[in-house]
Amino acid sequence: MTDMLKIVDLHVEAGGRKILKGVNLTVKEGETCVLFGQNGCGKSTLLASIMGYSTITVTQGKIIFKGVDITDKPVDERAKLGIGMMMQRPPNIYGVKLGDLLRATAEDPDTAISEADKFKMEKFMDREVNVGFSGGEIKRSELLQLTAQKPDLILLDEPESGVDLQSIDLIGKKAHDLLDEGKDSSGRHVSSLVITHTGQIMDYIGANKGYVMNNGVVEREGDPMEILNEIRLHGYGE
Amino acid sequence: MPDSQTVREALSKKGAYGKDLDLDHYDADADKEVKVDDLRTSDYRKYMENVGIVADEMERSGTLMFIDNKASHCSPRVQEGLEISTVKEALKKYDGLRDHYWKAMDPTKDKYTAKTYLEDGDGYFVRVKSGYHIKYPLQTCMLLDTNRSAQKVHNIVIVEDDASLEMITGCSTAHHADDSLHVGVSEIYIGDNADLSFSMIHSWGKTTGVRPRTSTIVGKNSHYTNNYVILNPVGTLQSFPSAILGDNSSATYNTMCIAHESSDIDTGGLVYLNGRKSRAEIMSRSISMGGKMCARGRMVGNAPESKGHLECRSIILKDGGTTLAIPELEAHIADVEMTHEAAVGKVARDQIEYLMSRGLSEDEAVSMIVKGFLSGGSINGLPPELKKELDEAIAAANLGD
Repeated sequence: MTDMLKIVDLHVEAGGRKILKGVNLTVKEGETCVLFGQNGCGKSTLLASIMGYSTITVTQGKIIFKGVDITDKPVDERAKLGIGMMMQRPPNIYGVKLGDLLRATAEDPDTAISEADKFKMEKFMDREVNVGFSGGEIKRSELLQLTAQKPDLILLDEPESGVDLQSIDLIGKKAHDLLDEGKDSSGRHVSSLVITHTGQIMDYIGANKGYVMNNGVVEREGDPMEILNEIRLHGYGE
Repeated sequence: MPDSQTVREALSKKGAYGKDLDLDHYDADADKEVKVDDLRTSDYRKYMENVGIVADEMERSGTLMFIDNKASHCSPRVQEGLEISTVKEALKKYDGLRDHYWKAMDPTKDKYTAKTYLEDGDGYFVRVKSGYHIKYPLQTCMLLDTNRSAQKVHNIVIVEDDASLEMITGCSTAHHADDSLHVGVSEIYIGDNADLSFSMIHSWGKTTGVRPRTSTIVGKNSHYTNNYVILNPVGTLQSFPSAILGDNSSATYNTMCIAHESSDIDTGGLVYLNGRKSRAEIMSRSISMGGKMCARGRMVGNAPESKGHLECRSIILKDGGTTLAIPELEAHIADVEMTHEAAVGKVARDQIEYLMSRGLSEDEAVSMIVKGFLSGGSINGLPPELKKELDEAIAAANLGD
């Protein structure tokens, strides 16, 4: 399998602090990778770096996507190349309706709108994006948008955080549909990098590889279930 | 009313805000009467439609139109309970309109009101009789058609007790009359248990001078909505409409502006909370595309249990202009609750990048956020027919596309 995403010796600063200190990581085509790590270890910064948000500055290293060096490319070019992201806390977009955003960004707008009910979001089409949304509503909205966007590499930042028990099931199943062991419903090979702190999302998605981050570097790579079981038994420890 | 000499002295009195305009500059004669019988076939149709006036008058309760200083169209038949005419006709019919003629507005306020008073400006007269609720909006239109001329109109709107009305008033300049002046004095009287929604949409020329003077008196248990929209370039515009509220009444002011390069806009709203439990909300949303934008809001708390909130938000898309937000709260007693919020700056980076991560270009993302910002501010109280037209106008405005 070819590499979908390859991160080489990535050093990143955010808010004047060194957050990533030489990250190496690979996601192959069709692979679902899980990234574990304590709060504050740099997981979200890594995802922001892959998406290209201006909150971070790459000081060293490279991000290669589908063989193209995207380290200095703007966010929209990365999205057009096929990267999509679910943010943990997306910003409120006052005055912009979720339905209008979907129509503007979906590959097939009519289908996207008509499938909103499968995400229990059909009543949100006239609502301002993220404004007053609950934790679960934000995740469902993000998953609906990502499903419509059809990216080749999906970045999920803690899909289970801030979600009530009723919503986690729907969100887990929709995340599963989106990733579906490397194939989406049309049989396309989809890759993903999923951040989880608790591992709860792994009850729904089948992961191929696990990474553990600590203090700005990837310190371990291995079978995701083995890693999760160890974390459940011993915590992140030292 | 003040004697003529006092008003004549006020002809040299500068406006409280905005650039001082030389009235002598506007010396062309603009008193020619141009009759427009059918709005649909009129040469002026495109100007009217730009400012929300519907030429076929469908779903409108009637139309009153002024070209320069003369009435050019007045719907012959309107719904029962609604009366429309020129102010001059109403003065004859109602014995000089003693309770309403220059009663809400002081002619010596500044040179613009003084000129309108001294030159006997005509305008539209609208009355909703007690107990009537008018189903469709009434539309009025003011057009400038003569270059270097001054339009000085004086309008009177009366909504009597237990009555309601929606008004859409569109003002525009013909292309050949860019360098002209519009002064519109509007006196609005709202009775008890009554409701008026007054939406003003302006589209002027790049050098046009605009000085509306609007004053509203609201009775008890009533509501007044004042919407003001200007999306196209203008020379200089200054307007600070005011309302005085009675017991348990409320007022909402929504202002939506785009200050293009070389435009100078100074606008907002002033509300006197004079009645017990009176309430007000003054909202302003503006965009500077390199022009001068001043958003004012002022609330004066004079009565117990009165409440109000003021909001001035401005996005700067291009350098080269000035943006000034002036929210003012003034209280004369302890038992009031007034708050304000003001924000001036660029479009938030995290919002732009969020939309870019969905595949929109940076320009498309900014445009979507800015259009949402503008139309989001106009939602309250705008007639639904107008909402659609405004959304189209915002979509057509060149906001970073």
